[in-house]
Amino acid sequence: MKLAIPDFALVCLIGASGSGKSGFAAQHFTATEVVSSDECRARVTDDATTLDANEDTFELLQYIASMRLKRRMLTVIDATSVQKADRAHLVSLGRRFHALPVAIVLDLDPALCEERNKQRKDRTVKTNVAQRHSKSLRKNLRGLQKEGFRQVYILRSLDEIESVSITREPLWTDQRGEHGPFDIIGDVHGCYEELSELLLSLGYVFDQAYEDNESLLSARHPQGRQAFFVGDITDRGPRNRDCLRLVMGMCANGTARIVVGNHDYKLLQYLRGKKVNLTHGLDLTAAELSDCSDEFRQQVSKFIYDIRSHQWLDDGNLVIAHAGLKESMHGRGSGAVRSFAMFGETSGAVDEFGLPVRLEWARDYRGKASVVFGHTPVPDAQWLNNTICLDTGCVFGGKLTALRWPEKEIIEVNAHKEYATPVKPIAAVRGFSAQQDHDLLLYFDDFVAKQRIECRLGRAVTIPEENALAALESMSRFGIDPRWLIYLPPTMAACPTTPSGAYLEHPQQALEHYRSRGIKQLVAEEKHMGSRALLVVTRNPEVASSRFGTDDGKAGVVYTRTGKAYFNDDALEAQIIARISAAMQASGLWQELKTDWVLLDAELLPWSAKALEMINAQYLTTAIAAENSANMLLEALRHRTLTEELSQLKEKAVLQQSNAQELEKVVGGYCWPVNSIEDYRIAPFHILAVEGRVFVDQPHSWHMQFLEKLAAEDAVLTTTGWKEINPFNDDDCESLITWWTEHTGNGGEGLVLKPMAFTVRGSKGLIQPAMKMRGKEYLRIIYGPDYDMPHNIERLRDRGLGKKFSLAEREYVLGLEGLYRFVENAPLAEVHACALGVLALESEPVDPRL
Amino acid sequence: MTTYLLTMQLELTLFAKASDTYVATDLGYLLHKNPARVFSRAISAGTVTVFYSETTETRCTAVLYVDVDPIALVRGKNKQDSGLLDQYVNTRPYVANSILSVAINKSFAQSMAGKSKDRQALAEQSLSFNAVVGPVDCQGDEEFVLSLFEPLGYSCSVNSVGKGVAGNLFSIHLSASVRLADLLNQLYVLIPVLDNSKHWWVDEDEVENLFNKGGPWLAQHPKRDLITKRALKHRRELADILLDRLSVFDDSQEPTEEEANITAGKTQPTVADTRSEPQVRLHDQRLEKVAQLLQQHAVNRVLDIGCGEGKLIKRLLKNPQFTNIVGVDPSIRSLRKAREIFYLEDAGLALNERLQFQLGSLTYADRRLRGFDAATLVEVIEHIDQNRLIALERSLFGDARPGLIIVTTPNSDYNALFEKLSAGEFRHDDHRFEWSREEFNAWCNKIASEYGYNVHTEPLGPVDDQYGAPSQLAAFTVDMAGAQIA
Repeated sequence: MKLAIPDFALVCLIGASGSGKSGFAAQHFTATEVVSSDECRARVTDDATTLDANEDTFELLQYIASMRLKRRMLTVIDATSVQKADRAHLVSLGRRFHALPVAIVLDLDPALCEERNKQRKDRTVKTNVAQRHSKSLRKNLRGLQKEGFRQVYILRSLDEIESVSITREPLWTDQRGEHGPFDIIGDVHGCYEELSELLLSLGYVFDQAYEDNESLLSARHPQGRQAFFVGDITDRGPRNRDCLRLVMGMCANGTARIVVGNHDYKLLQYLRGKKVNLTHGLDLTAAELSDCSDEFRQQVSKFIYDIRSHQWLDDGNLVIAHAGLKESMHGRGSGAVRSFAMFGETSGAVDEFGLPVRLEWARDYRGKASVVFGHTPVPDAQWLNNTICLDTGCVFGGKLTALRWPEKEIIEVNAHKEYATPVKPIAAVRGFSAQQDHDLLLYFDDFVAKQRIECRLGRAVTIPEENALAALESMSRFGIDPRWLIYLPPTMAACPTTPSGAYLEHPQQALEHYRSRGIKQLVAEEKHMGSRALLVVTRNPEVASSRFGTDDGKAGVVYTRTGKAYFNDDALEAQIIARISAAMQASGLWQELKTDWVLLDAELLPWSAKALEMINAQYLTTAIAAENSANMLLEALRHRTLTEELSQLKEKAVLQQSNAQELEKVVGGYCWPVNSIEDYRIAPFHILAVEGRVFVDQPHSWHMQFLEKLAAEDAVLTTTGWKEINPFNDDDCESLITWWTEHTGNGGEGLVLKPMAFTVRGSKGLIQPAMKMRGKEYLRIIYGPDYDMPHNIERLRDRGLGKKFSLAEREYVLGLEGLYRFVENAPLAEVHACALGVLALESEPVDPRL
Repeated sequence: MTTYLLTMQLELTLFAKASDTYVATDLGYLLHKNPARVFSRAISAGTVTVFYSETTETRCTAVLYVDVDPIALVRGKNKQDSGLLDQYVNTRPYVANSILSVAINKSFAQSMAGKSKDRQALAEQSLSFNAVVGPVDCQGDEEFVLSLFEPLGYSCSVNSVGKGVAGNLFSIHLSASVRLADLLNQLYVLIPVLDNSKHWWVDEDEVENLFNKGGPWLAQHPKRDLITKRALKHRRELADILLDRLSVFDDSQEPTEEEANITAGKTQPTVADTRSEPQVRLHDQRLEKVAQLLQQHAVNRVLDIGCGEGKLIKRLLKNPQFTNIVGVDPSIRSLRKAREIFYLEDAGLALNERLQFQLGSLTYADRRLRGFDAATLVEVIEHIDQNRLIALERSLFGDARPGLIIVTTPNSDYNALFEKLSAGEFRHDDHRFEWSREEFNAWCNKIASEYGYNVHTEPLGPVDDQYGAPSQLAAFTVDMAGAQIA
């Protein structure tokens, strides 16, 4: 006997004690698929025979089963389940997770069961238990279908049980093996002319000339594409019969697929003689069909009856359902799934037009599969949280829309006329896209849990919950509008520590790092000492509004590496954005890069513009205190003869005095007064992204050349010195060291060494995308004025860089993942998760001096 | 000698006239340090050196010098104790702070106890001393320094060494006819007070220590409250014990000035206004008013947004009308504190089901905040950037949509009555804006009509004829007819 069960189901083995359920389960299912009441009983009581723990036993059993069902795993319940009430719990459990309940009943002679029970070694079962079970089971055996089991198999003898083989078949809705390509078409509602026109513009060819009769029509795509109807073929429109002829014909010969719509379903009810109201355009369809033959009507009835509620396609990446579908219902089966797929979710409330108030499931949708649907007329087909509604109200005089999958291209034809008037006016076109309108709000609860973000440039990055919360706190209190915050930059690692001598950092070690990883092409860039700034620049506020969904009237923003506004003064920010926008225009870069917005990664000078208070309170005060300490000592020593001990003290005081002066000098070099925009210098070093592109696939030389072109247009912009370096070439290494020594000797912060190709993967993962080599004097700002006194520097060399390297790598891939998502028009929540993630990682305890 | 940093110092000069019965170099006997020698000893933070910079019969100066290990200060004693989040480059190793107190105590313990092996009579006598301490990164201005030392009889001069950049970097010069023991004890206690920090753990032993080093002079010092507070790292309960013990010396009970005047602007921002509020506990009035309103509206499920440590919730909890109270705040620290205050860890299910604290933010929406009867925002909106208020409006009025929303915020008109506030200045460092009555009303009306609420506004606190009340309140109730708008 062959039993074909769905590969996702809740299988209930039903039978008296001793009927051999456990053996049957072990034979046909894997151990992890089976949830046994005996085992659950043992778990909660240490004894599989205790009977006073029924409630707890079944609670545990249901809990385990529900975790499996939630994850769409086939689950087998091994419990006697001879009582109707017990089975009712199981059926409702299946329904809750939209798993079909399947009953396999082992209905053996109770005497046989008794005999087996007697021979059981593991436990003793009271006599007559099997008799009692059997009696209770047989009382309801015929009603199992009615109880809600969608498949019922009754095995009445040992032979029958022996002969069973079980096969598993995918659910009808599980079409993950189908990859299309598809042309998904919105609600047709009897608009035959528009449908024909749409099919032609999609490249379909009709198989026959149109004739006014009942014969099926068909069309096919020369490249074998399939049309896919989201349902609601008829009602309200002028040519319902013809639409049925075409859709049925195409489905019959495999050039189209369909999911059922509420209008289709109601038509089926009507055709099957159920009492339905001939309203909402069904009257027109009914009238047309009443002129048709019985055969045709039956054909229609059979066609609709066979249509599935939804289809789960393309390796699980696409779900098509008439009214959409929540993630928890994808590829599952239940009355609730069917109802949701046809009607959407309603709370029972109606609006002022008497129409049911629809719950906006798409607003909360966070699933991986794209959901394509129709049902509710909208002015334009627009993506929202990876879902799209294709009902663009053709029958109401709107348009008929198709979505090409996987291309995600939209093809539309306009309605020839308004065939019907909508009960409720179709929502007007808003200034924002549906996604932008949705993204006016981000949801805190989307970000609170521990997150794992898949990054295309590397491995998945995990954000621990407590770090995420810290980032949310900081973003809530200080962050700029998330719609502008499309990227946060990664931290940059310091080069490996110089093992001995007067330096803590030196180009030798950075060169060696890349050399040992076989990187032949490097670029060295001057490291400006100011504040890191990200600049989003658009052509004008209108562009900003349409691309970023912002409504603050800004044409761009300047923000810091922690997502705070760089300027407190909006007017100054606007001036800077306007200047850069003008430079983009004058340099021809808008045209050349085919964009009207750009994200620049830059250093904004002077340091004092942003940090004057901190510079004074922290760095200069320290330098002055150090100097003053030394002065006081020198003054005290001036009048007396020096012992050897005091001579040493004096020597040290002189050194401390000069170190403090060096610190003051190096800090002073990064400070100048800013009275107007002309006093700022902006040194961009990456063109990170423009419309449709993230430029981390372009070599740094490309970035530098474009940015030089840009900087030539406006004195507020400045260039960054750079040099191509081959670490295997001694002359290159020598010239790098010379440049570094000169540059840092003149008060420069240092240089950065990067792989020329921007993003490089090595055998052990990402190669550090950049490494800073900071100057000897500059490091006084980082480690204190006297860090290089011999005793101090030796201890500072022990500065665990491993964590920093790992952090830099994770932040790099995460930040860019967010940027890719933005460029691909992903929902803001997905972009924001990455920016928050970078900020969250920054709260990891890594030595901030590195 | 190790090569640590050179740092803070103290110079003590003893003067002697020809007519005196002693010579200045007797300072060596008083300090138990021979003027001809250089003394070094290790302390936990580094090395102390004492030497004499001049040794004449009329002037003798001892220099005490502390050489601090800056890396140990940052790294802590063991590697696990990272101290990572501290600033790395700071004045700590270079300025006179509590390490100098330790150095004084270690080097001159006998002298501080008023003992001298060879010159006991001198030790008990007031002599003409000069002391120079520096550099001091003073948490307070020149006036403040004078107010600490002048009442003790010192003639005090404060030299700024900050080159116009480092505001309160001083060297402090004291001179007086004083007992050496008193001078040393006073410096020992007051150096950390100037610096407003202490590098060691403070507990009841420290109360004992300060009682011994302080005694009568501290008991009678007009800045007694401030000194004990700072010297005990602002642990009020310890300061109270010390003040109580000091009262045995005390016969005058003059009121002392509040510390707030000196450190205004240096306090950590907290949600409650601290800088300038009238004597009446305005905040209590606010909370009382809000609790009353909630009661009148007969609401059961209440969100307290920006709950901080739960002051409003404390009032609501007593009233069984409120069956579910959820405190929301963006600060992890505040919520941790709140859970401690209400003992939620150890409380039973009943309280835990009735009261929850959850991390949240007003610039994000939150599905968990839907379905409440009421939400309160007591002195919260002014902590949000004005251009981000729109996110609050959308999330609270548009998405969470409780039936009743109570908002309170300062009335900036009233600021005119705060003497310490200059025009345009806010009452609190973290206030992003403060609204006049007109501005607040305009906002309330705009929001009400946009989101389908009715609104009623009223003054909060004692009303001034011209400037209104210090705070203002708005109660929004959802407009059933207008609910469709949103």
